[in-house]
Formats: sequence, structure tokens, C-alpha cells
Amino acid sequence: MTELIGLLSFGSDGWGDELLEGAFLTLRLALATLPFGLVIGLCVALLKNAESPALQALGNLYTTIFRGLPELLTLFIIYFGGQILLKEMLDVVAPGTTVEVSSFVAGIIALSIVFGAFASEVFLAAIRAVPKGQGEAAAALGLSRWQGFRLVLFPQLFRLALPGLGNLWLVLLKDTALVSVIALDDLLRQTNVAVGVTKEPFFFYLVACLLYLAMSLVSTTCVALLEKRYNRGFAGSR
Amino acid sequence: MALNDMGPPDLKRAERRTRLFMIFLGLVFLATFLTILDWNLLERYGPRFLRGVGVTFKLVLISVGIGSAVALPVALARLSANRLVNNLALGYITFFRGTPLLAQLFLVYYGTGQFREAMEAVNLWWFFRDPFFCAALTFTLNTTAYQAEILRGAIQSVPKGQWEAGHALGLSRAVTFLKVILPQAYIIALRPLGNELILMIKGSAVASVVTVFDIMGTTRLAFSRSFDFQVYLWAAVLYLFIVETIRIAWSFIERRLTRHLRVSRS
Repeated sequence: MTELIGLLSFGSDGWGDELLEGAFLTLRLALATLPFGLVIGLCVALLKNAESPALQALGNLYTTIFRGLPELLTLFIIYFGGQILLKEMLDVVAPGTTVEVSSFVAGIIALSIVFGAFASEVFLAAIRAVPKGQGEAAAALGLSRWQGFRLVLFPQLFRLALPGLGNLWLVLLKDTALVSVIALDDLLRQTNVAVGVTKEPFFFYLVACLLYLAMSLVSTTCVALLEKRYNRGFAGSR
Repeated sequence: MALNDMGPPDLKRAERRTRLFMIFLGLVFLATFLTILDWNLLERYGPRFLRGVGVTFKLVLISVGIGSAVALPVALARLSANRLVNNLALGYITFFRGTPLLAQLFLVYYGTGQFREAMEAVNLWWFFRDPFFCAALTFTLNTTAYQAEILRGAIQSVPKGQWEAGHALGLSRAVTFLKVILPQAYIIALRPLGNELILMIKGSAVASVVTVFDIMGTTRLAFSRSFDFQVYLWAAVLYLFIVETIRIAWSFIERRLTRHLRVSRS
């Protein structure tokens, strides 16, 4: 048992620092994905809420496709497809150059596309839950459409969307593990490396799982705090 | 037709128009797909892909099937007043819902490889050396945790008055639970369970990482041999087709099973 704990020590003969570095990369990937995912989600939700049937159809199609595809497949399509597309485009400008898509960037793109598809449903439900009178009141006060959205509607719908978004964040955190398959040195891949050297798969994968679990639990606490803050004007009604 | 299932007429029309646009866009995608489709490649890898679909279905049906049977006892354990039983179930659910499926798969497939001698001694090695069995086991454990949590929520959201009514009729607690509470809980759980089924179909793609030749595994094999990117698009179309079919079928089942709950049409 002590030997196993020793394997987790920091420095050159232990794997503790490598695993933590991996966990840090996992966290960075998820955090970098979040803003893109939120913006995509909000834009697609606004499309689906638009008056034009064509725009609505576009938004619905986006959600249908990226909610239906396995995340791993989306990741591969972005990673390999992006590589091929970039190469073809570069061949026009400078033939013969080789390109390699960074797996971190591919990870961000794929994960935020998927996050956006799910988040758009959450945002749409929240948009529809904010009373229509709020937008009309903003217009009556002489706010422009953008101002009304930014200052009046968004704060209200964000409060309603928060629980759903919190769940999606947890899903995102777990989905980052998939990028280990396209050779990004995240927590899971660092664990694979450690397993390859030490031949202690059960112990190391268990440690990796526990690290993911710790990140999930910390996130749950943070989301709960955020929700509490956003609901502070509603203490009586809840 | 009664008034209540019509809604405002212009809203209905807008909805129809949206749907028409979606069908149109879908057809455009499909046409583009068909024009780039390489029939020679399809002839070479088509049968393999069909086998892959079979493997994906087998994986999902085994895990979701066994999972739905085991989830109920786990949900009951979560509702139990016994602290030990309750915490065990909570620990199990938290672990499998809080960690990535891929990490769980590695833990089961590679992790058990470490105990090969012990496994051989109890004659279980044939099971754990096979990636398909390991994937099926991992997915079962995973979906059980999710389904148990869905069922727990559903059972808890059945109004308390239903218990009291059962009691007032002189039914025992067990009978009340089985005949009054559980059927209503399953109706509430129907939609999230359908979502879980779809999530498992999507999630099963990670089995390809431990060399199971499901749809995704076949796709990766075909890509590594042909270097033709379109095989990924085939997989996308296949998955979308399967997921959408199940979604539509499930909502049909749901409508059918809840028809007694809607306002009666005169």
C-alpha cells in the first residue's frame, strides 16, 4: 500500500505532479470551452426563438445534429476533418506545406459545439420563462433592443438557466476525457502514461476517477453558490 | 376536433413552416451526402458497418436492459431509512455519475488485467479479457447509476396523498408501492429514461477506444485503412438516424402510455 502511495509522490520518481498537471489541463480545457459554448448556446437559442421559420429550422437542425452525434465522433470529425480542410485550403496558397491541428484547439471547438447544442435548449426554456412584459417594459423605457436584452432580459433568464447550465458543466468536465484519445495530455492520458510505466492500471485509473470526482464535487458546490447568489432577491419565494 | 389541441392558428402554421424548412434542410444535407458518397468504398466497408450497428445495439440493449432491472433496487436503497444501505447506494451513484465513462471503461478493462492470476483462479478471466464484455459491464454499471437516480426522483415526486390513499384502502405498504406508486413513478420517469437510452447509444462510442468494433470502432478501422474522411460522415448519418428513430418511437410510446392523463377529447 505504501508503495502505491509512493507512486503518487511528486518529483521524478512519482506520478503525483504529472497527474495534477493533467488535471490542470483538463480544467483549463473545460474552462476555455465554457465561454464559447455559452455564446453558441445563446445564439442558437435566439435563432430558435426568432420569428422567421427558416432561422428556427436552422437552430433546430443544429441542435438535432449535435445532440444526436456521439461526442467522440464530433471530436474526430473536427480533428481529422479540420486537418484535411486546412490542408486543402493551404494547398491553394502554398502547396506542400503540412499542417497539424492542435488537439487542444480541436477539443475546444468540438466540446463547445456540443455544449452549445445542449445549452441552447436550456437557454430557450429560460427565454420563454421570462414574462413577455419585461421586454415590452424595456422598450417602453426607451431602451434599444440590445440594451433591453443585455440589461433586462439576460440577467433574468440567466438565473433561470443556471441549474441547467450547471448540469451541462458537469457533463462537459467529464467529456474532456475524450480528448485523451486525440493525444492531448489531459488527466486521463497522463494516467495512461503512468500505467504504461508502472503497470499498476487499477490503482492509477482509480486515482484518476477520484480526481475527476473531486473536480465534479467542487463544481457542484460552486454552482450551488452561484445559484444562491442569483436567487438572493427570491429568498422568500423559494 | 376540440379546441384545446389546436392552439392559436398562426402559431400552428409557423410551427408547420419551421418543420417544412427543417425537412428541406435535411434533404439538402442528404443530397450533398449522396453526391460525395463513394459507392466502391461503401461496397467494401458496408457489411462491416452493418455488423458495427449490430454490436452497438447489442452493447446498448444488454447494458440498458440489465441496468433497468438493477436500477430499481438501487433506487430503493437510496430511499431506504437504513443509513448504511443508503450511503452505499449514494457512494455507488456518485462515483459512476461523477467520473467519465471512458475512465470507468479503462478502470474495468485495463484495471482488472492486473489481477489476471486471481481471475484465472476463479475462472473469470475469459470475461475480463474480452473488450466487449468489459464495455458491457462498464456501461451497465454506469447506466444503472443514472437510471437509479431517475427512478429515485420519480418515486419521490409521486404525491404523498397516493401513499395515504393506499393506506386508507387497507393496502399494505408493499402492495401500495407496487400497484399505486411504482406505475405512476415510471410514467414520470419515462422521458428521462428515454434520454438515458439515447445517451447510452452515444456513449457506447467510447467502447471503440478499447478495440470493440461497434459503429465507431468500424469507422476508425475503415478510416485507418482507406484514409477517406467520408467514413466519419457515414457514421454521423448512421448515429443520427438511429438516435432520431428512437427519439420519435419513444415519444410515440410516451404519448400512448400517458393518453389517460391528458384532457379527454370529446
